[in-house]
Amino acid sequence: MSDHTSILRSPLILGNKSYSDVTEDVALPLDRSPGKEWWMAFAVSSSMLFLGLAAVTYQVMTGIGTWGLNNTVGWAFDITNFVFWIGIGHAGTLISAILFLFRQKWRTSVNRSAEAMTIFAVICAGIFPIIHMGRPWLAFWVVPYPNLRGPLWVNFRSPLVWDMFAIGTYFTISLVFWFVGLIPDLATLRDRTASNIKKKFYGLLSLGWDGSNRTWLRYETVYLLLAGLATPLVVSVHTIVSWDFATSVIPGWHTTIFPPYFVAGAVFSGFAMVLTLMIIARTVLHFEEYITLHHIESMGKIIIATGGMVALAYLTELFVAMYSGNEYERFAFINRMFGPYAWAYWIMVSCNVLSPQLLWLKKVRTNVTLVFLLSLAINVGMWFERFVIITISLTRDYLPASWDVYAPTLIEIATLIGSFGLFLTLFLLFTRILPMIAIGEVKGVLSYGRASHEAPKAEGRYVSAAHERVPGGVR
Amino acid sequence: MAEFSGPEQVLEAARQAYAKGYRQMDAYSPFPVDGLAEAIGFRRTRLPLFVLVGGIVGALSGFFLQYYAAVISYPLNVGGRPFNSWPSFIPITFEATVLLAALCAVVGMLMRNGLPRPYHPVFNVQRFERVTRDKFFLCIEATDPLFDEKKTLKFLESLSPANVTTVDP
Repeated sequence: MSDHTSILRSPLILGNKSYSDVTEDVALPLDRSPGKEWWMAFAVSSSMLFLGLAAVTYQVMTGIGTWGLNNTVGWAFDITNFVFWIGIGHAGTLISAILFLFRQKWRTSVNRSAEAMTIFAVICAGIFPIIHMGRPWLAFWVVPYPNLRGPLWVNFRSPLVWDMFAIGTYFTISLVFWFVGLIPDLATLRDRTASNIKKKFYGLLSLGWDGSNRTWLRYETVYLLLAGLATPLVVSVHTIVSWDFATSVIPGWHTTIFPPYFVAGAVFSGFAMVLTLMIIARTVLHFEEYITLHHIESMGKIIIATGGMVALAYLTELFVAMYSGNEYERFAFINRMFGPYAWAYWIMVSCNVLSPQLLWLKKVRTNVTLVFLLSLAINVGMWFERFVIITISLTRDYLPASWDVYAPTLIEIATLIGSFGLFLTLFLLFTRILPMIAIGEVKGVLSYGRASHEAPKAEGRYVSAAHERVPGGVR
Repeated sequence: MAEFSGPEQVLEAARQAYAKGYRQMDAYSPFPVDGLAEAIGFRRTRLPLFVLVGGIVGALSGFFLQYYAAVISYPLNVGGRPFNSWPSFIPITFEATVLLAALCAVVGMLMRNGLPRPYHPVFNVQRFERVTRDKFFLCIEATDPLFDEKKTLKFLESLSPANVTTVDP
């Protein structure tokens, strides 16, 4: 982080870049024909996508009897995947909105791709409930509209309907936020490209942006407002997702701790996914000078913090189950830890609670390979967390007579693989079409910590962060 | 229109132009420069108010949608609970508030900025292409009461810019 022995803080972007260098460096991968690595990755991800498409087609044609669900376990793989993907998305909004509000300038290198990740993750998430409906062509029934069936409305008192609203809003706002951030960069690409078709394409998307400072002032105002609106939104989304469970009476679901627990878990898993993607991107596309070790370290620290919250939530949940004196509640947790699915619980604990502790060591935080491996472990762990909560709680509820086991079928596994395929394919296409790094924003932080046009930064982070830019933005 | 190669220069030039009495001018830059909009005399936008109105309309319409469905259009007695069970209408009201406020913010910003804009005279200047890359421009518009082609050109040249051009309409 900041170098306390020097008056100047260490720069966010390495390599002493000029404004023009930033444009060139970020736009270069868009001009070059994609390398061998990109094609290999694309081949793998699109194969996964097609596997998923085949599986989805089959299960839509046949019915969700192709899944391993039974009378006892009505929600399992599908909802696990849904919650997993929604959670992934939350890191993108956290980086783009919350870190923006906290004036964490290092976010500029990663926010664009993190926001893209959010959008793609929400797309992946949205697919699962729609498939789960069994008749996806009737998915529009979840939207309240005057109809000829009464009119029969959706049940506004149901968290599932709240969920539809929350995720619909979340997707729309993420998309709009992303696009607003892209406008100036699209103009940069428009003015840079020699190809006529690309000029038309970027010209159309950049809406005639000319960099006027009147425009910039309104733009910054709106960016700030959007960040302010997106922050409570992102908290509300996962809160509502957690209510899908917490408002039911299944032991192991019916807990008041769920909203904060789910939000912390979402940010935790999302940051792990951002790290996974960023480490690949910086290596393959050679963005080491933009996505520096400092960025990876900062994200590692956020992972420690949110991982700590997740661990605390696990403990609280256990404690409350034991302390409540409710035997069903207590059994649900004993069953989690020592029942037939104990392996899933212990994968979750070792990946989410134990493995992030390694990040306390600076040596680990600055070792890119290790951080990459840890991020993968957390992704796995967080997937299992949702599986543990959703499936294990359902397999053994009140009546032993109705207990059952659940195992996913190949179709369900293929669908999960397909969602990863969709996610990666979209991300790979994104790296080819749009600038992965927010060019305009990075230019604004090039002089970060240097003696330059900005007020002296020697007084420290908060002073510098709060100067002129804030009132300028608020107006 | 004068071209500058750094944010400090264009900021200084804008301040001088403002002190000289020019008001109808605009500064162009690849990223927002602190204080530049203020230097050209642009101080406030009414956007936040517009967003607030959007949020209030969103909240009211979100709540009314649920109220209408549950109380007026299809009242359904579930276990003797009130039709207007407002606490469970809050989440959707909140989402509708955020949705409408944010959409108002973006649409308002685009409208006030005149975007999408297929044509603007500044794009006629060949060098202006670099505004999205690394150059900074200060443009005094012909509609300014003090504008006089020769004098203004001379004034801009006195600001030690990298280049001065006349923008064709």
